[in-house]
Amino acid sequence: MSVLEIRDLHVSVGEGDDAKEILRGVDLTVRSGETHAIMGPNGSGKSTLAYSIAGHPKYTITGGTVTLDGEDVLAMSVDERARAGLFLAMQYPVEVPGVSVSNFLRTAATAIKGEAPKLRTWVKDVKTEMAGLEMDPVFAERNVNEGFSGGEKKRHEILQMRLLKPGIAILDETDSGLDVDALRIVSEGVNRSRAEGEIGVLLITHYTRILRYIKPDFVHVFVNGKVVEEGGPELAEKLENEGYASYVKASEVASA
Amino acid sequence: MSTDNNLDTPAEELGSEELAAAETAQLASELFAPGVGAQAGPPTTPASGTGTAGEAAPGAHSHGGPAPTGSPAERFTSTDPDAFGVPTGREEAWRFTPMKRIKPLLDGAASDAKLDWSTDLPEGVELLRVDAGDPLLKGLPEPVDRLAALTRQNSAGADVVRIATEAQLDRPVTLGLAGSGSADVVWGQLVVEVGAFAKATVVLDHTGLARYAGGVTVLVGDSAQVSLVSVQDWAPGAVHGGQYDAVVGRDATFTQVVVTLGGDLVRLVSNVQYAGPGASAELFGVYFSDETQHQEHRLWVDHAVPNCTSNVLYKGALQGEGARTVWIGDVRIRPAATGTETYELNRNLVLTDGARADSVPNLEIETGEIVGAGHASATGRFDDEQLFYLCSRGIDAETARRLVVRGFFADVVQRIGLNELQDRLMASIDARLGALPALDEQPVEVA
Repeated sequence: MSVLEIRDLHVSVGEGDDAKEILRGVDLTVRSGETHAIMGPNGSGKSTLAYSIAGHPKYTITGGTVTLDGEDVLAMSVDERARAGLFLAMQYPVEVPGVSVSNFLRTAATAIKGEAPKLRTWVKDVKTEMAGLEMDPVFAERNVNEGFSGGEKKRHEILQMRLLKPGIAILDETDSGLDVDALRIVSEGVNRSRAEGEIGVLLITHYTRILRYIKPDFVHVFVNGKVVEEGGPELAEKLENEGYASYVKASEVASA
Repeated sequence: MSTDNNLDTPAEELGSEELAAAETAQLASELFAPGVGAQAGPPTTPASGTGTAGEAAPGAHSHGGPAPTGSPAERFTSTDPDAFGVPTGREEAWRFTPMKRIKPLLDGAASDAKLDWSTDLPEGVELLRVDAGDPLLKGLPEPVDRLAALTRQNSAGADVVRIATEAQLDRPVTLGLAGSGSADVVWGQLVVEVGAFAKATVVLDHTGLARYAGGVTVLVGDSAQVSLVSVQDWAPGAVHGGQYDAVVGRDATFTQVVVTLGGDLVRLVSNVQYAGPGASAELFGVYFSDETQHQEHRLWVDHAVPNCTSNVLYKGALQGEGARTVWIGDVRIRPAATGTETYELNRNLVLTDGARADSVPNLEIETGEIVGAGHASATGRFDDEQLFYLCSRGIDAETARRLVVRGFFADVVQRIGLNELQDRLMASIDARLGALPALDEQPVEVA
């Protein structure tokens, strides 16, 4: 059972006079077994939220708290956050030349579990999960993200989530750039983790398309660096029909 | 007709883009347009301006002067140090080298200082000393710069490792060469003479503190298979310069692995020439430059006879303020060298700010009748984004760097083929990586 609590989170990017506030007081709680969708227009700060929780050095936390099961996440290094049970499936995973997928996965699993996984079960787990995501076994010998297509990168992200079994997974625009088949495959991977019941999911997306495959329990509308409306799955349908225009307008009026 | 194809690649300016052969000869530019790899098909007509550049038999040399019609100037060689003059640092061959730091090796003061030798000589191997007048030395390829000429002169003879014809060694020949901290320059000339059909690996293991000018010549007999491994695992402060020559016999195979890790300054010039057709040479290198270390590797492969191959792969990593590496890869395919196949590749991995890697591949092609020729150079960074990605999977920063650098170096280090040495070198690389700051101690770059 994990609980991620975000309270009045303020985040800026840049330093000194160039500093720009991106997040302006975010409140959010995600528990194991829950799936939250964060929806918002481009530039609203959705990805900043994801990367701030994961600890990307580009972002400066200027206020608020993030805790995981009461532990101060913001005081942790990037790798400590992952070992505490946070996982970020990135929108643009970087290439890491010279490091094979299989070596990378084993090293990550060893770091997360605190000991090297037993070889026989590990190899079997990797094969099973790769098959579930319809990934060719030769994939394991390629270098991390090197020359991967957009769809392959996203499958690789979800493969890591499946194998590392985080308490809270943040999926940053995992649906972007995927064709229908790839979207289905990736979504089924996420749903397998949800079915196991131990994971809390924070699903960041611009479009409602992925929500047809991954049904959220809660939907948060994110505009101009904060949550402006919350609701159930029906809120996604409203956004599908009406878009973000009214929220953006309201936000502009409010900040004027 | 040939243009120098100098591609300086300071890390700050380059992504990981490939620098394919740019403007070489007119023909070559057609052959090796961007995107065309090493396997360009053989053209049907020779390049215009193909002249008689002359054969480079072992030991042959020219004294520069005006180049014959259309062909690039011959490389100047001489056994007389004064024929080169004292370099100022503006010369092409010295423009990357920190002249103050290499000065003792260019001043040329004779000395009796020696390295401490520890040798492991398998059955079939002889180690002897010849004096300066020995005919063996007359036949060696000549020095290409003042440092090498001084080395030849001041070493007053040579140590010779002689491996008998048809010898099949049961283990490598190992020469441990340790510096004892003397401020005097140690001058040394080594000749490795391998008989026809022999199969041998020779390891030169440089350690300790020294100012060392060491020439190494490997004479590879016909159909012999020879590996030379030269490890520069010097203590901090060591200065090492030297010219390595290989003369590769007919149908012979020569492999050179250069591993440069330690020392203040290491500058090695490796030349390959072929004494007969059907020979192949593989030149591998790894280098890892830490704060203020200067590591320079200059290669020159001279294809002057038909049907030979050469393959060059050098990989370097750099970290820390003032870490500096230079890689120059010259390959020349003379008119007579039909059927040549050559490829050279240099990769640099910059791990921190403040480091600089220069990479200059040159390819001069004077005959169209070749199997293939190409080169590539790329300098990339292990950047904050890669580090973040690996750390976001629970991997700590030190392990992340180790993972990346190990992977980067492993394919070259494995070419050594000696497990114990490979393990030692990887451990040495690991130890350096451990000294790096953690992610949160690093300056944050705002994109």
